[in-house]
Parts: sequence; C-alpha cells; structure tokens
Amino acid sequence: MKTQNLLALVFILIIAALLSSCSRSEAARDHGVYMLLDTSGTYTNELKQAQRIINYTLAELKPGDTFAIARIDTGSFSEKDIIYKQTFDSRPSMTNQQKRLFRDVVGKFVNKVKPSSYTDITGGMLQAIEYLNEAGPGKKTILIFSDLKEELKKNYVRDIPLQLDGHNVIAVNVTKLRSDNVDPREYMDRLENWRAKVEQGGGTWKVINDLERLEPIFN
Amino acid sequence: MQFSDIFMITSSPLVSSIIWVIVVPVVLYLARTPAHRAIQAFSRVMHNAMRLSANSVLIAEKKLMERNKEVLLAAGRIDSGRIIEREFDRVDATVRKDLAEYPSLQRKLSEEIEQIDEDYSQSTEVPPQPPGWVKAVEAVANIEVNKGDPTIGNILEDIYESLKKASANALKEYRHSSHERHKSLNRMMPHWRKLSSTLTQVDKNVNSLLERSKVIDRHMEDYEQILKQTDRATRMLSSSSLTQFFISAFVLAIAVGGAMINFNLIALPMSEMVGAKSQILGYPTSEVAALVIILVEVSLGLFMMESMRITRLFPVIGALNDKMRIRMLWITFGFLFALASVESGLAYMREILAQQNYEVTASLIASEGTVVIDTSMRWITTAAQMGMGFILPFALVFVAIPLESFIHSLRTVLGVLGVATLRLGFLSLRFIGDASRFLGRGFIHVYDLVIFAPLWVEKVILDKKHASKSGTDYDSGSIST
Repeated sequence: MKTQNLLALVFILIIAALLSSCSRSEAARDHGVYMLLDTSGTYTNELKQAQRIINYTLAELKPGDTFAIARIDTGSFSEKDIIYKQTFDSRPSMTNQQKRLFRDVVGKFVNKVKPSSYTDITGGMLQAIEYLNEAGPGKKTILIFSDLKEELKKNYVRDIPLQLDGHNVIAVNVTKLRSDNVDPREYMDRLENWRAKVEQGGGTWKVINDLERLEPIFN
Repeated sequence: MQFSDIFMITSSPLVSSIIWVIVVPVVLYLARTPAHRAIQAFSRVMHNAMRLSANSVLIAEKKLMERNKEVLLAAGRIDSGRIIEREFDRVDATVRKDLAEYPSLQRKLSEEIEQIDEDYSQSTEVPPQPPGWVKAVEAVANIEVNKGDPTIGNILEDIYESLKKASANALKEYRHSSHERHKSLNRMMPHWRKLSSTLTQVDKNVNSLLERSKVIDRHMEDYEQILKQTDRATRMLSSSSLTQFFISAFVLAIAVGGAMINFNLIALPMSEMVGAKSQILGYPTSEVAALVIILVEVSLGLFMMESMRITRLFPVIGALNDKMRIRMLWITFGFLFALASVESGLAYMREILAQQNYEVTASLIASEGTVVIDTSMRWITTAAQMGMGFILPFALVFVAIPLESFIHSLRTVLGVLGVATLRLGFLSLRFIGDASRFLGRGFIHVYDLVIFAPLWVEKVILDKKHASKSGTDYDSGSIST
C-alpha cells in the first residue's frame, strides 16, 4: 500500500514537472487587437507602412486571437468603418488560411482607399473600446496608426472620457506635421495630451515610431 | 516614535529628567525582588518547556530511526532473498543442463578410454624371438674340420645367405609392425583430444558451479547479517539504498527530459485536434491532452514490465496466472504500438503545421515579391520527427525500472531526512532552552545595572551597619573579657 502511495506521489511530481514546461496563462491567453488607420488627407500615403504593421501583427497573433482594422475618417464611431475583423479559429491550419485572407482584404482596401476630410480619432477609440469589450479577450490592445492630429467636423461631440481600463493604447508612426517642424512643442503637446487622456481613462500609453522594431506591440 | 516622545514624560524637561534619574530607579529598586523572581520564573519555564520539547523530539527521532531500520531490513531481506533465489535458479539450470548428461558423459569417457587402451595394446612392441639357428651356427662352427674340406665353409656360406634373408625379412616385418603401431597410435589421437575436451568441459562446468556457490555464500552471509539485524547490515543497506536513489533519480530525470521532448512533439498537432483556445484548469486543452497521452504510455509501459515480472509495483498483476499475464502483456503492447503510431502521425502533422506557419509568417513579413522557401531538406526533419514520435513511447516503457528503484529507495531517503530534521529540531530546542536560562540571568544583571545607584546606596548603608555592629560586638567582647 505504501508503495502505491509513493508511486502516486512520484506520478504527481512528474506531472507537475511536465506541466511546469507548459505555457501557463493568466486569466485568459488570447489577445485582441483593434487597429485604427488614419485615412485623412495626406496621411493616406502612409498606408503602405500600415500594411507592414498589419502583416507583423498577423504573424504574431495566435489561434483564438481577435484582430480588427477600422478607418479613421470624418465620423469614426461606427461599425461601418470596420474594414475587416476576424477572431481566428482555434485550429492552427484554419488560422493560417484566415490570416492569408485578412492580408488580401487589407491589401485591396489600401489600394482603393480615398482620403477623408476630417479625422475623428476619439470616435474610433470609442468604437475600439466597445468592440474589444464585447469580444472579451484577455489582453486588449488598440493600435492607432495616425499623426494624432484630430480634426472634428462641426457639431461632432467628442469631449467624452475614455474608459480604457485594461487597454493598452499604442500610437504607431506618429509622423510630424509641417507645423510641428516650425514649433516642436505642438508635436510634444499633442502626444502629451493623448497620453494624459489615455492614462486618465485607466489605460497604458506607448508610442512606436521605429517601424523596424515592432516587438513592443506584443511585449 | 522619537526619543523625545519617550523621554518627555511631562512637558518640563527638568521634571522628566528627575523622574527618569530618581523616581524610576527607586521604583525599580523597590520592585527588585519580585522582578528578579519574575525573570527567573519565566526563564525557568522557557528552559523546562524547551527541554521537554527537545526530549519529545529525541524520542520521536529514536522511534523513527527504529522504524527506518525495520523497513530497511525488511526490504533488504526481500531483495536479498530474491537474489539468492535467482542464484539457486541459475545453479539449478546449470546442473540440469550440464551435469544431467553426466551418465552419458561417463559412458563416453569409458568408451574413449577403452578405445585408447585397445589401441595402446595394439601398439605394444613385441620383442622378436632370438633366432634358434644361431645355436646351429655355433654347433657347426664347433665341428672338427679336415684341412681343405669346404663343406663347413659352404654350410656357413648358406647359413650366411639365410641369415641375410632372415634379416631382410625381419627388417621388413619390423617395419610393417612399426607402421601398424604408428597407425594405432594415430588412431588414438582423436580419442585423446576428445577425452581432453570433454574433461575440459567438465572442469569448466564444475568451476562455474564453484563460482556460483561462492556468490551464493556471499549473499547468504549478507542475508544472515540482515536476519541478525546487525548495524553492519543496516549501514550496508542504507548506503545501497541511497546509491540506488541517486542513480534512479538521475535516470528518471533523463526519462522526464525524454517525456518533455515527446510532449513538445505532439502538443502543437493536438491543438489542431482539440483547438488551441479551450482550457482545462488554466492549461490549454491541447497540452493537457498531449500530457495525458504520454502518461498513458508510461502507464502501459509499467503494466508491460509488471506482466513480464521485471518490476513488482503491483502485486495484483504478479499474482495473475501465466496465461492471463501473457495476454495482458500482448494487449498492453498492442495499445502501446497503436499510441506510438498515433504519435508518429502527430509528429508528421506537426511538421506540416510548422511548415504552414513558417510559410504564412514569411509571406506576411517578407517585403515585396514572392517568397521562395527551400523544402528540399524537409524530408529529413519530417522523418526524424516521425521516428522520434514512434520510438520515444517504447523508450518510455523502460522508465518503470528506475521508477521502481526510486520508489523503494525514496522511503529510506525520506526516513533519513526525517531523522536529520528531528535531530536538528532537538538541537535547536535544547539551544533555545539553555539560551533562555542564561538570558534570564543576564536580564537580572541588566536590571541591577539600571538600578545601580540605589544598590550602591544600599551597599554603603549595609556596610556601615556591619561596621558599627562589629564595633559594638568588639566593645562588648572586650567588656566581657
């Protein structure tokens, strides 16, 4: 009997050793990414760079993760602005096929997109928060591919606090405008304002301008 | 809390100083005796409590040591008995195999010896008979002869010719018989050789039996030591058990490494089967499923080893009749073969999935243009992974052997660790008990140090009293005398 007890104990230790080599998660392992693409004015020329970021993100996402791309235009708080969204299948082979399709759809969009007159970043973020809260992944990331220069159309109300608890907001490729070159404080103030807005809402803020080093998106 | 908070009992520093310097020592002096008693009582209580606890721990340690010894000797007795039984089985097999043919061997030897004897007899040289006509020559030579009579000469000439012929015949005869003798001796040679090899074989068999008997003697001596429960036997078994523990732990660690490789080989393809998103107890279902497969293989290996009676972890299996055990052996082997085939397939799927992932990632991350991926060497990794997926389950079967050693020796190691822990506990408790006694004395001295002023005053007063008393005694003594 004691031999069986010791055998059971040894088996438990072996299972513990093997499970410790498994990748243990926190609450949930999946990752949800919502990317906002600025399609206003001359920033449309930067969309080729956006494709690189999208491809990189697609390569890093795993089965079960969620990815959505939406455009920032005159009024971005709308499901119609979502270019494409996908929650990847739990099977790796299906995930690979879905990634290829995602890439193709985004490619077509980038080729035929027309620039918008205004830039409603806050509306896009509100939509992103709603989408990610509904999808409910373990980790939520909002990527903003924009110069962060918000220009709202008349009568559009965007003075709304953002509820960003548990969200990571990453601004990518925040290009400097001509006026920023004249007075760099404009650029710094713009970044600072967005940082304060995001952190006040409970989120984390990061800026990545070096498109050769995109690893911080997933770290 | 600052020093001023403690020092300033009242708002006036002068009053606070007076209180600290005069009032407090006086109060402490007045409370000296009960304070000393309290400190002594407390330190005595601590000392006695710790000593009592230490004694209890010591008793527990002794009991554990006795129990360890019992368990160790019982296990040693069983193992030793098993070894001796196996040695006797070997001796029995040797005797049956080699010495059972002894009667025929003896008959063979007798025949060979008889044959040799015959051949030897035939090869004996018979000394030739001395020729009878030599006397005749002597007689003829002694005949009185007239001069000029050639008869004797002719006779002697004839005799000479006859002698020559007889000599030639004798030589021929001699040569012939020598030839025959040599032929006989030659015929003896193979018999000698056969006899020699047979005797060598017998010698070898007897020597091996003698060696085995020496081994059995050694094991019997150990067994007797175990039965007598000597310290030497305990030490020997304990050392052997610890050695077994470390060796089997090392081999088990290697086996766990093999299991981890096996696990990583099938975890990814399992996600294709059960999905990568679902979880069981916080772990991905695919990884749990892979773990279960490996554990099932290890269990099947255990059952196989039990069925072959190589290990003895489950007495129930050992007690089954032979037919049932062999059936069980084949069934477990069948399952194991099936699982190994499944793993091989999963390893192949893993390679396909890894290749797909790589292609997708490369096509996403690569810059403009098509991505060319060289797959010419892919078959090597695929074949290697499939081979590993098939072989590793069978390799894991042998985990049962070090596992059994590990489990049997684990009890000894845990016992030794338990004794060491209890011994450490005993020493710690004794130390704390003794320390509390000495600390009590120390506190008493510190207490007296704080109230040194009143004690000094007391000493001065007492000294004066003694001095005046002894002066009065001296005066009354001198008056009386």
